[in-house]
Amino acid sequence: MAKRTPLYDVHVQSGARMVEFAGWDMPVQYSGVLDEHEAVRTRAGLFDVSHMGEVVFRGPKALEALNRIFTNDLTKIVDGQAQYGCLCRENGGIVDDVVIYRRSAEDLLVCVNAGNRDKDYEWLRDHAGGAQVTHESDDWVQLALQGPRAQAILQPLTGADLSKLKTFHFTEGEVAGVPCTIARTGYTGEDGFELFCRPALGVKLWKALMEAGKAEGLVPAGLGARDTLRLEVAYRLYGNDMDDATTPLEAGLGWVVKFDKGDFIGRDAMLRQKAAGLSRKLVGFVLADPGIARHGFDVLHDGKKVGVVASGTRSPTLKTSIGLAFVPPALAAEGSTFAIDIRGRPASAQAVKTPFYTRK
Amino acid sequence: MNFPDDLKYTRDHEWARVQGAKVTVGITDFAQDQLGDVVYVELPEVGDVVKKGETFGVVESTKAVSDLFAPISGKVVEVNGPLVDAPETVNEDPYEEGWMIVVEASDPKELTELLDAPAYRKFVEEEQE
Repeated sequence: MAKRTPLYDVHVQSGARMVEFAGWDMPVQYSGVLDEHEAVRTRAGLFDVSHMGEVVFRGPKALEALNRIFTNDLTKIVDGQAQYGCLCRENGGIVDDVVIYRRSAEDLLVCVNAGNRDKDYEWLRDHAGGAQVTHESDDWVQLALQGPRAQAILQPLTGADLSKLKTFHFTEGEVAGVPCTIARTGYTGEDGFELFCRPALGVKLWKALMEAGKAEGLVPAGLGARDTLRLEVAYRLYGNDMDDATTPLEAGLGWVVKFDKGDFIGRDAMLRQKAAGLSRKLVGFVLADPGIARHGFDVLHDGKKVGVVASGTRSPTLKTSIGLAFVPPALAAEGSTFAIDIRGRPASAQAVKTPFYTRK
Repeated sequence: MNFPDDLKYTRDHEWARVQGAKVTVGITDFAQDQLGDVVYVELPEVGDVVKKGETFGVVESTKAVSDLFAPISGKVVEVNGPLVDAPETVNEDPYEEGWMIVVEASDPKELTELLDAPAYRKFVEEEQE
């Protein structure tokens, strides 16, 4: 049976349609994906993302140990700051893409994907490097308040000064009396916050936010809108756009791989890959023909299969069909054209710069 | 959920409105609700021949792709062209403005195999359990 977050009953009462995702019974939509998408782009949406996992590194070796298994560089951020990057295998394959919250050099929280909770915990524990590693995935409720009105909704509920909280920074504070980690992070391309609190207080926090957000047009939002929102800003989705057989370089995540920081797992393999040249690259595309490209559809060039669609959707904001596909580097340059095999019909596509959408 | 009495239904959640030999086809209120926001519709062209039980098009929501199955065999004599630019019509008005094609039935006997409204309602209720 699928797992439930502490918010399950609240979702059902709010009219959510529940679906199984990565072993979790999660809300896919409430009023409708397009409605919720638009609310997040223009006002605000509240997501329950408690299915995400948390693994914590503690002790004098914590920072050093994590930096050895993380592609980005945790010495470049300060306490109270977060950083995105990948955990890689020796061959460069991505174990997971994660956000690491540096509470201090001796206390760092790794936020992992729902479907990778146990795999990541085992990987992290096996590479503890002298740090104390604890699996805290069931100890946290995580809510994402996202959208241009997020700060206006959250500020009256907390003593923390949100105007001083920069993107990818976080602080501890109470929200409506609930002790939280308040992080200015998200997965939608809008301004917003992710709040971590104890499971028993999750419902209280959700209700307080929904109540406070009423006047600002806040709506509950599900996984459907989360996916269309993230794809419009070309945020990668593990399992679609990368996996254990994909390196960060192939996934277009070279910007979170810091070769010059010293050794880390996967570094040598990726250096070799870089020197030899990539055989495929993840590229953003838009369709010129009607249709929607979906995960797994073939990419064609001169009638031959040359790649595969990783993610695709109809963009609610741009009203066009967008997606990410693995193609040979020769077809990855902006303006390159190729076709997507949509149920036997070749639909013409063009490589474009990502993100597809940028907030004003 | 609304299942008009004057329509016939398939177990694939299409409806058929029979007017002589002409049969108008769309998807049911239940189907549009299950799909969620419809963002793309692919329909055949006038003159194409469809066969009962076989796909005649595709309807897609933000998350799901769903084939459209012909409730009856025959030639397509009309297509709801405006749906392509306004696929949300399928959600808003599945039985009127959201119609998809009109088929000239080649074998009207096939109509007897379709469900009437009470039978379809029962089918939907059983499927939801």
